[in-house]
Amino acid sequence: MARDTLTGSRIRERRLILGIRQAELARKAGISASYLNLIEHNRRRIGGKLLVDLAQVLGVEPSMLTEGAEAALIASLREAAADAGTPVAELDRTDEFAGRFPGWAEVLASNHQRISRLERTVETLSDRLTHDPHLAASLHEVLSTAAAIRSTASILAETGELETEWRDRFHKNLNEDSLRLAESSRALVNFLDESDSSSERRGVPQEEAEEFYLAHGYHFAELEEGRSDPKALIAAAPQLVSEAARVIARSALEQYQSDARKMPLKDVSQVIKQRGLDPSAIAQRFQVDLPAVLRRLGVLPAEVLGQEAGLVISDASGSILFRKPVAGFALPRFGASCPLWPVYTALQRPDVPLRRNVVQQGRSTLGFECLAVAWSHVPGSFDRDPQYHAVMLILPRREVPTDSQPVGATCRICPRQTCAARREPSILKEEF
Amino acid sequence: MSRHVVLIEDETNIAEAIRFLLTRDGWSVDVHGNGGDAVEVIRAAGPDLVILDLMLPGKSGLEVIQELRAFDDMQDLPVLMLTARGQLKDREMAERAGVTRFMTKPFSNSEVLTAVRDLHAQAYQDEPALPDQGASS
Repeated sequence: MARDTLTGSRIRERRLILGIRQAELARKAGISASYLNLIEHNRRRIGGKLLVDLAQVLGVEPSMLTEGAEAALIASLREAAADAGTPVAELDRTDEFAGRFPGWAEVLASNHQRISRLERTVETLSDRLTHDPHLAASLHEVLSTAAAIRSTASILAETGELETEWRDRFHKNLNEDSLRLAESSRALVNFLDESDSSSERRGVPQEEAEEFYLAHGYHFAELEEGRSDPKALIAAAPQLVSEAARVIARSALEQYQSDARKMPLKDVSQVIKQRGLDPSAIAQRFQVDLPAVLRRLGVLPAEVLGQEAGLVISDASGSILFRKPVAGFALPRFGASCPLWPVYTALQRPDVPLRRNVVQQGRSTLGFECLAVAWSHVPGSFDRDPQYHAVMLILPRREVPTDSQPVGATCRICPRQTCAARREPSILKEEF
Repeated sequence: MSRHVVLIEDETNIAEAIRFLLTRDGWSVDVHGNGGDAVEVIRAAGPDLVILDLMLPGKSGLEVIQELRAFDDMQDLPVLMLTARGQLKDREMAERAGVTRFMTKPFSNSEVLTAVRDLHAQAYQDEPALPDQGASS
């Protein structure tokens, strides 16, 4: 089946919600009612200006009608299906489900993410039980005392006739052991409180850091204007519960601050107004390298940049250090991403700037222009190999460029059938 | 019929409770609270059954069972090992080292009695035939 099969249905649904008649919507968008009718029944593909016009009349983002926010949602739903393990009957109808019941789909997806987080927490905790000798000793003490109390108490309760001497002895033991249990359990609780248990409770530090960026819309006006510094911002962030998350967020903010100082918001916005979104021109104007420009552009507010943008920064292992999602481009929450992403191509050719048009496999009709480059984050010497990081700026394109390369999100939920880069089978059976 | 058990347990109150229970059940019980010389104590006593704690001062229950099984006349001696939860790895090692049966703390008194009776029955009723591993009742 072709992708974007439901754009028309969404237009119709949105129109009905707003109570607009078909003829009226057609007139406002400058098309005939019969043509709109064909579109609404998914018999005509729609894109470009007409889509934008219809979206405007309907008061939504065009991407909401084609794909947009749903791409991430559908990716999450597919991950949920994959993790459920059991064969899921209606995998081929995931998009229909998300389209018809967006609220319920959101509930399912966010529950799935919550489960993944909790699973990580359990893993961390059980690791801790195995590897932390103090915790093991504390627990052993509690269990041993409980064992003694249980044995003694049941002797007292179950033995019919007990000699006074024995009974007194067991009463004394019981008293001693209950005191010991009170102390050892208090010690255990203290131990758990003192250690950094908060991070275990939350699970993944990277996620806390992301919540923090998201709460600020990935833009830190205080840093831009020099009114605050990374340390103060982090100290004041309620999202950053664990020490690990604070360390992650701090290094990201320090990078942000350094980039922002080199390319102040006012100046960079002026250059973009004059020259358009031209990274090379910006690099030249501010005498900075391309990685810094891409990082800077990726976190600029949409009104400054003139469009939405996503950003991915990865290290040489392919692990994602920083991610700013953009509508329509699914980024896996955990685990490895698609090796076909230009950011990984860039890692293979350090310092060579790459521009690639990509289209993400799935039902998206959106194309993306990706600008990527890898830089030596720690320079090399004769004694030490350089350490590379790579950055990729993701710019959504209204139309899918003809030279677009297909990429995925992650193998498990990628429908691409013949892919040389495939690591593991997909749970999807659809073909595109 | 002789029914003699050696209990190696450093928690005196647990030891006392188990001693009381088993004595009532007709056993003669020797209690020892240290792992360091536990092997010698067991060999000298020559019991019908051993109850061995995993966490002991001096020498762990794991080491004790390993050393014990190295002696020819200690191959068939039933050994009931007491462990706490969270000691899965130790427990696997102890199983390989030749522990006959495990009991997880905290346990109930009836569990102790049942385990001890079963082990004794398995080891000695079928004598001289090999003990039937699946038997229990």
